[in-house]
Amino acid sequence: MASDLPEDPTSDPSRIRPAAQDPLLRTPLHALHRELGARMAGFAGYDMPIQYPAGVLAENKWTRDSAGLFDVSHMGQAILEGAGAAQAVETLTAADVQGLGENRTRYAQFLNDDGGVLDDFMITRLAPGADGAQRLLLVVNAARKHADFALLREKLPALRLSVREERALLALQGPKAAQVLADALREEYGGLRDKIAAAPFMSFIDGGEGLWLWRSGYTGEDGFEISLPAEQAQRFARALLADARVRPIGLGARDSLRLEAGLCLYGHDLDETTSPVEGALAWSIGARRRAEGGFAGASRILRELREGPARRRVGLLLEGRQPAREGAQIQTGDGRIVGALTSGGYAPTLERPIAMGYVAAAHARAGEALDVIVRGKRLPARVVALPFVPHRFFR
Amino acid sequence: MSSIRYTRDHEYVRIEGDTGVIGISDYAQKQLGDVVFVELPQVGARIEKGAQAAVVESVKAASEVYAPLAGEVLAVNDALEADPAAINADPLGAGWFMKMRLADSAALDGLMDETAYQAFLKTLD
Repeated sequence: MASDLPEDPTSDPSRIRPAAQDPLLRTPLHALHRELGARMAGFAGYDMPIQYPAGVLAENKWTRDSAGLFDVSHMGQAILEGAGAAQAVETLTAADVQGLGENRTRYAQFLNDDGGVLDDFMITRLAPGADGAQRLLLVVNAARKHADFALLREKLPALRLSVREERALLALQGPKAAQVLADALREEYGGLRDKIAAAPFMSFIDGGEGLWLWRSGYTGEDGFEISLPAEQAQRFARALLADARVRPIGLGARDSLRLEAGLCLYGHDLDETTSPVEGALAWSIGARRRAEGGFAGASRILRELREGPARRRVGLLLEGRQPAREGAQIQTGDGRIVGALTSGGYAPTLERPIAMGYVAAAHARAGEALDVIVRGKRLPARVVALPFVPHRFFR
Repeated sequence: MSSIRYTRDHEYVRIEGDTGVIGISDYAQKQLGDVVFVELPQVGARIEKGAQAAVVESVKAASEVYAPLAGEVLAVNDALEADPAAINADPLGAGWFMKMRLADSAALDGLMDETAYQAFLKTLD
C-alpha cells in the first residue's frame, strides 16, 4: 500500500512512511502531543500532531459540538510598527488596514505585482506604542512566514518588524470555546471573563501577562486564537484540556473543518497565480481600496472586479461516497475540461465528499452540474455556494 | 490451518487452500486513520503480484493497495461500500478487501510471516 499523492512529502498527513529529511522543528507543546498519543508528521518543517487516538472523524465532530484545542504554534507571529504602518502595508494588500479599528482583526492577503496571492494572513490593529506609532499584529502561514517577513523587510524598510518566535499559538474552537476559555481564565486573569463573553467576532483582547486573544479561527465555529509566551503554553494547554468539554484536535481535522467551512488553504486553494477575485475573496477587498487602488497587482484585481474573473473558486458537492482530491480534473458532461480541484476530501459533518476548485467563470454558478475525474471515472458533482457547513461565528 | 503473510507495503494475504483473502494490516489502518471509501477490483479480474488492486481513501488522502500475490479476483467485500469503517475496526476480519484464486500459491517469497512482520514494524518507528 502506498499513498498516491506525489509532491511535497510533508503535506500528506496520511503517508505511511516518513521520508528522510531535515530534522523537524518542535512547538512548545511537542511533548504534550506525544503524551496524548498523537500521530506526528512533518508539516511546514515542524513535527506536528496529525491526529490523536480519537481520529479525524471524531475530532471534527467534537469541534463542531463542543470545543477543540489546536496547536498552531508553527504559524508566524510578528508585530509591524512605525508611523504610517497601516498605510504602508496597504501597498502589499488590498485589505482596508487604515480603516481597521483598534483591537479589530481582519483577513487579508499579500499580493505580488501580478495580483497573485503570496500568502493569506490575519491582521490586527493593536493599541499604539508608547511613541504613538501604529502597531499591527500579523499571523501568517507557517510555510510562508520566512518569505512574508523577508517581503516586509524589503518593501517596508522604514517600519520595524518584530518576529515573535518566542510565542506559542493555540486555537480553541467550537460552540463551547468562549465559555471554556472564560472559565479557564477566571483565576489568573481577573476581569477577562466578561471581556471574553462580550468580545465581538474578529476582535482582539490584550489579556495582560503576555496573553493575547482574538476571536476568530479556521473552522467556521466560534472560537479564539490564543498567543502566549512559549514557556506558558504547556501549562495553559493542560488547563484547557482538564476541562471535559475540551479535546485536542490535530491537523487532519483542522483541514477537514476548514474545508467544510469553505476556507482556503494557502499553497492549495490560493497561490501566486490566483488573484483574490478568482479566489472568491473579493469580500476581503475594502470599498476604499477598490476606489483608490494603490496596491500590488491592482491593475489585474480592479479589472477582475469590474469585468469578472476568467475563473473562480467554487465549492463542489460530489454525488456518491467516493472522495476526489486536489489535482482532479473538472469537466463538463460532454468532456470539456473546465478546471481542477484544489482541495478535496470527505466532510465528516455532512458524511459525504466535498471539494473546492477553480472553474471557468461560465460554469461557476451554483447549481451547475459538472463531473470530477478520479482515476478515469466520472464522479457527478454540483457547484454549491460556500461554505458547505454554515458558519456559526459569534456576532 | 490458515497462514497469514504481509508485504512491506502493509497488505496481508491469508492463505486458505488455493484462495487468498487480502486486506491491509492493523498498522496500515492506524496510519491511514478513518477510512471513508474503498475502490475494489472487478470480480474476475486477473491481477499481477505487486499491481494495484484497490484504492483506500481516508478523510485526507487516497492510498493504493497492491496485490500481495498474482491471481484472479473471486469475490470482493461489498459490505465495505456501506461500512468502510470496518477496515479500521477489524482489518484482518470484517475489513477484508477481496478473495483471490492464487495463480501460484507457493510463491510466498518476499512476504513476511506474523513474526517477521512485527519485527519489520519495529524498524519503522
